[in-house]
Amino acid sequence: MASAQEAILVLEDGFAFYGEAFGAIGETFGEAVFATGMSGYQETLTDPSYHRQVVIATAPHIGNTGWNDEDNESGRIWVAGYVVRDPAPAPSNWRSKRTLQTELELQGVVGICGVDTRAITRHLRECGAMRVGISSLDSDVNTVLAKVLATPKMEGADLVSDVTTKAAYVLPPAVGTVPSGERKLLVAAVDLGVKMHTLSEFAERGIETHVLPADVTFADIAALQPDGVFFSNGPGDPATAKHAIALCAAVLAAEYPFFGICFGNQIFGLALGFDTYKLKYGHRGINQPVFDHASKRVDITAHNHGFALRAPLDHPVATPYGIAQVSHHCLNDNCVEGLTLTRNNRVVAFSVQYHPEAAAGPHDSEYLFDQFVKLMKATPTKAVN
Amino acid sequence: MPRRNDITSILVIGSGPIVIGQAAEFDYSGTQACRVLREDGFRVILVNSNPATIMTDPEFADATYIEPLTPQFLELIIAKERPDALLATLGGQTALNIAVTLHERGVLAKYGVELIGASIAAIRRGEDREEFKRVVESLSSIAGGAPEVAQSVICHNIAEIMAAGEQLGWPVVLRPSFTMGGLGSGFAHDSAELLRLGTIGLAASPSTEVLVEESILGWKEYELEVMRDRKDNVVIVCSIENFDPMGIHTGDSITVAPAMTLTDREYQRMRDVAIGVIRAVGVDTGGCNIQFAINPENGRMIVIEMNPRVSRSSALASKATGFPIAKIAAKVAVGYTLDEIPNDITAETPASFEPTLDYVVVKAPRFAFEKFPTADDTLTTHMKSIGEAMAIGRNFTEALGKALRSLEDDTAQLRLAGDPGGTKDELLAAATRPTAGRVQLVVQAMRAGASIAECYQATRIDPWFLTQLELILTVAAEVAAAPQLSAPLLRQAKRHGLSDTQLAEIRKMSSADVRHLRQRLGVRPVFKTVDTCAAEFAARTPYHYSSYDLETEVVPRSKPAVIILGSGPNRIGQGIEFDYSCVHAAMALSDAGYESIMINCNPETVSTDYDTSDRLYFEPLTLEDVIEVYDAEAAAGPVAGVIVQLGGQTPLKLAASLKDAGLPIVGTSPEAINLAEERGAFSQVLAAAGLPSPKHGMAESFVQARQIADEIGYPVLVRPSYVLGGRGMEIVRDEEQLHSYIANSTLVSPDMPVLVDRFLDDAVEIDVDALYDSQELYIGGIMEHIEQAGVHSGDSACSLPSITLGSEVIARIRHSTTAIAKGVGVCGLLNIQYALAGDVLYVLEANPRASRTVPFVSKATGAGLAKAAALVMLGKTIAQLRATGVLLAVGDGAVARLGQPISIKEAVLPFNRFHTADGGTVDALLGPEMRSTGEVMGIDRTFEAAFAKTQLAVYANYPLSGAAFVSVGNPSKRHALYPLKRLADLGFILWATEGTAQMLARHGIAVQLVRKLGEQCLQLENGKECDECATRPTATDLINSAQVNLVFNTPNGSTTGGSPRVDGNAIRAAAIARNVPVITTVQGLEAAVEAIRCAKAGDFAIRSLQEWKCISDVG
Repeated sequence: MASAQEAILVLEDGFAFYGEAFGAIGETFGEAVFATGMSGYQETLTDPSYHRQVVIATAPHIGNTGWNDEDNESGRIWVAGYVVRDPAPAPSNWRSKRTLQTELELQGVVGICGVDTRAITRHLRECGAMRVGISSLDSDVNTVLAKVLATPKMEGADLVSDVTTKAAYVLPPAVGTVPSGERKLLVAAVDLGVKMHTLSEFAERGIETHVLPADVTFADIAALQPDGVFFSNGPGDPATAKHAIALCAAVLAAEYPFFGICFGNQIFGLALGFDTYKLKYGHRGINQPVFDHASKRVDITAHNHGFALRAPLDHPVATPYGIAQVSHHCLNDNCVEGLTLTRNNRVVAFSVQYHPEAAAGPHDSEYLFDQFVKLMKATPTKAVN
Repeated sequence: MPRRNDITSILVIGSGPIVIGQAAEFDYSGTQACRVLREDGFRVILVNSNPATIMTDPEFADATYIEPLTPQFLELIIAKERPDALLATLGGQTALNIAVTLHERGVLAKYGVELIGASIAAIRRGEDREEFKRVVESLSSIAGGAPEVAQSVICHNIAEIMAAGEQLGWPVVLRPSFTMGGLGSGFAHDSAELLRLGTIGLAASPSTEVLVEESILGWKEYELEVMRDRKDNVVIVCSIENFDPMGIHTGDSITVAPAMTLTDREYQRMRDVAIGVIRAVGVDTGGCNIQFAINPENGRMIVIEMNPRVSRSSALASKATGFPIAKIAAKVAVGYTLDEIPNDITAETPASFEPTLDYVVVKAPRFAFEKFPTADDTLTTHMKSIGEAMAIGRNFTEALGKALRSLEDDTAQLRLAGDPGGTKDELLAAATRPTAGRVQLVVQAMRAGASIAECYQATRIDPWFLTQLELILTVAAEVAAAPQLSAPLLRQAKRHGLSDTQLAEIRKMSSADVRHLRQRLGVRPVFKTVDTCAAEFAARTPYHYSSYDLETEVVPRSKPAVIILGSGPNRIGQGIEFDYSCVHAAMALSDAGYESIMINCNPETVSTDYDTSDRLYFEPLTLEDVIEVYDAEAAAGPVAGVIVQLGGQTPLKLAASLKDAGLPIVGTSPEAINLAEERGAFSQVLAAAGLPSPKHGMAESFVQARQIADEIGYPVLVRPSYVLGGRGMEIVRDEEQLHSYIANSTLVSPDMPVLVDRFLDDAVEIDVDALYDSQELYIGGIMEHIEQAGVHSGDSACSLPSITLGSEVIARIRHSTTAIAKGVGVCGLLNIQYALAGDVLYVLEANPRASRTVPFVSKATGAGLAKAAALVMLGKTIAQLRATGVLLAVGDGAVARLGQPISIKEAVLPFNRFHTADGGTVDALLGPEMRSTGEVMGIDRTFEAAFAKTQLAVYANYPLSGAAFVSVGNPSKRHALYPLKRLADLGFILWATEGTAQMLARHGIAVQLVRKLGEQCLQLENGKECDECATRPTATDLINSAQVNLVFNTPNGSTTGGSPRVDGNAIRAAAIARNVPVITTVQGLEAAVEAIRCAKAGDFAIRSLQEWKCISDVG
């Protein structure tokens, strides 16, 4: 305790907080964002959408359940840095294999603890998301601040290539999910930073998922003769993802059933002709009320987005691919949370800004995966043209 | 789906008197419901028998009925008011059970009353264990498969129970259906224990149904608070994790929010199941609470039970999250959906979300075993605590430290210095048995060298919590080892919840010195905000808690503030009556243009609703914490004063130190408080005014006490100084008893002397509540006790207006009260107890503070005493308050106005909640030490009718016919004769002990003789009793076989609290176990006989408080 190594956190507007080193010793820089979930730090840390972001956990106790071998959302920790108030002195959970501290050290993730995380959160809420640095090497605010200011901003950041798979791979359906005599569905999933749980939701529904690198071409997709195309979540500014937007447009033009999540929702919207903007401080939590325009009900959903689509909530818009309409919005701030595309009064493509795969988060929207299955089953498979 | 317009009037049922397992939380929920329903334009009809509640204030409903919560009275009210709907999910198990009965009897159908909140079918599915089990096991569509419930067998008789025990393997748990607070439930480790608990359980269940289930003792225990609307939107409001594992009732556990040791996967599975359960049970519009157990070894999850209503945990969850469950439950019950209801705190976001916390909440239970020395203090699945404190901190250690010091129990705060009190093995062995102070034992065991693993083995407290306790000890060790206290070290200690007094103990300094040093070094707490959303959105409600962190959120203000100190956790002697006064003060001060600021730590209460005051500080009521709040507020704007006289003894005890620390105490000064509390000084006040008091003295040892007693003559009343609720008070009749009292009392020392008073036999006790503004005296009410002096005023029934006092006595009371108010220097409220003996009006004691009877008096007379007191303390005069209608324009509460109804207050005692270690019942005799947990009020045209209502409100099965067992001590025989004759005339069969039977027979009253306990038949033949003896049961036989339904048993000799009187004890114990009314005084008997006569005739007036007020105003 008394011997703990000191660390500082410096925001780009010069605000500095003094705490103790947590995780690896070193320096790190990124965009400061706060996440309000009270559970699921392991899933959060391994979510590729947090690439280049320094996450501030508003829940004070972090690390209570240690680190296990089952709950990772990708192959590594993606957050650029981790800011917590009270790390657990020792974890307690029957699945825990090691401590969070150990895992952060192993993966070289720099963090800070013992700071007033609520004060930082309030500052970000009032002043907006901004760049930040953490250092347990340098205690001089000015030199750290200079490095913070030299860090690239999130607007205009094209980060997909950092997180996408290098090579395509196939995830088979889960055992026993394809009844004998039935054909398994094939989904082409464009990995813009996909989470493990999304893929397991597909596998659980008898889907063979072909996970494709972000630079995949439309011809590659078509060659798979997929039943549907999926665009995943991912980090960075969607407006920079020119290739993904064009690819999505081609998929829609070819009338493949389409499903997008998070970044995938933004790409879908951009392909339909809407634009995106950066939210003041984003949505990062697992308690967000989303209104479903079809059922008129509210789902409690997991969010992780710093950008959002600009689209009218109350009326449909004609696009070259059909009629686009906002299907969901967040009741907290009326932010667009989902889109549908209809042709001939039939939904042919849809996406949501939030995370129906949850992990971490509530399972209220898992039905969207069933909806995708239904959509694919109702659409005849396309031959290569 | 907006508000339903097809209903216009709604009947709301409250939860009745405060009892263990059902306390102030239902006043909080009911008050919220009434408030929102009225705001929405519904006509609200409220029924509750508890006058100490805010909800029964006439301004909270359109028609307020203070009537017994029985199906009979509810039907009368329904017939009169013809409500469209009944909302029964906010009044605890009491209201829910009544709703079910009204449905079964066809009353709801007959009058076309729709049950809203939860349907009968949903209540049944949630409450009936067999149905619930089926519902849970049918949820196979939940991802991960259908949830499990514990293996169990439903039993309806003792044979089935015994068979189930064999089948499931030991130990087994018993859970009677349709009971609250775990009444009648427990663990049986063998067949003997099962037989005993099974019998109790069958009797406790209204449906004679007991569930016997596999033991999940030692598993992790969780609760989720769930809310659903009619569009099927469901949210989880809060997760709660129990520090104490399965096997200890959640009401008796330390609990923590949010859950601390679940991964997201496990938490989401629990959430999925909770949502599945609320849907399948069919709670369409409202809240419910679902409990889970998790096997710490492998994560196996079991659904334990659900409450299809607002519960104690809902109140806790509301305070813990800022999400007002009862308020939202009322809104969804009348048709709104969650997305249509705004979140009060953020104002911009809707209620259809799940609160997220950036702090930790710890609740700790408050027990009262010191009041029931023979009771078994082992904690089980049967709730025994009587109150609770909640604390909020930025981490667990900080919240735990604050919660434990909020309990105001010197033994609760963790001891971090000195001798641990035993060896490691001794302490671990002691910690194995769950008791009130187990967390303390665990910490001491750790100090004596126990490892985390050893502590876990002994207690099954999750290792995460144990490592947090270890963290506290590590910090304490650093504090002990440091050459001096530096700012960083102090800050570190404060971050982990160490109080100034704990630091003082470690450093062997005074806590004042610690405080001064800490303040000089600038180690001060900041105040954060409970905002439901972890700062994602700005909060509009200043609901604060302290933490040793960086940034404070108290905003500057220009209006002058008044800080009100609340009353802390509920306990016997200091219950919600004091909260009532604090709430009224907050309302009056806000209306008068002040910013009202509440400090309290009791999550059950209305005072800790963020709607009640302008600013709320959820903080312990200790010197350290109050000073910090004051300093923070003084920095934010002007503070007009600090009110200490409304929250009972808790704030009063702090008055002098707060003043010394420079806080502006308003109202009666700390010096004047001391004048009334300190015996010698008070005697001089009385002497100066020429007022008599019983002879008395103060002793610091047995020798001194004996000397005083010899001087003033036995019997004497002995008690420690500075106590509330008659704690440790006894009537002592001879020297031997005096010696044993002093020898056994831990509360006597030169620091804490004992008071010895002449005890007045056969006196009429009178309670007066008055208000004094330094010029004028306003008598709130004069209450005449029904029991004679010697029974604690909190435990005795009283009548307002008085039933026998003449105008001359009342004039003397006014004169004496004025003289005392002036002599002491009262500014605000004053409560005086008098005894009228031999036409001399003795002053027993005076308390310059709000009393337990303020809410009762306010309701009986229609004057806002507490509101008036708050305004008087800030400089208003009684004359001004008369002019503005806060007080009566002319006259006061001393004289009954024409047409004024008779109001009776009766105490409710918790004896049936406690058992001795061998399973017996604790003694039920009333004495000078207060033991009641709550009270009911009866209001009617006549004394008999009002008293009858109180008895019907207290006893679910108050007898109007049948048989009575009577046993009268010699001193009471003469007075008991006439009422017993009338009881016989009313058709009661009388059974009596020999002496009493002889007396009755001599007066021509038919009576049957019982055999004395343990009396053997002298003509045994082959082990069989003779015919005569076989037909002569003992009194306990009669009670156990339900052959008598009323017991009148006065004690022979003393009326002390502790000493055993075998026969009487056994009889009262049997009666308590069977819930048979027991009367222990002649005055009580007289009143009861009149009440029975009146109830048989059905001679009741069913009128709302609003109607009574009209009648007496016109009169």
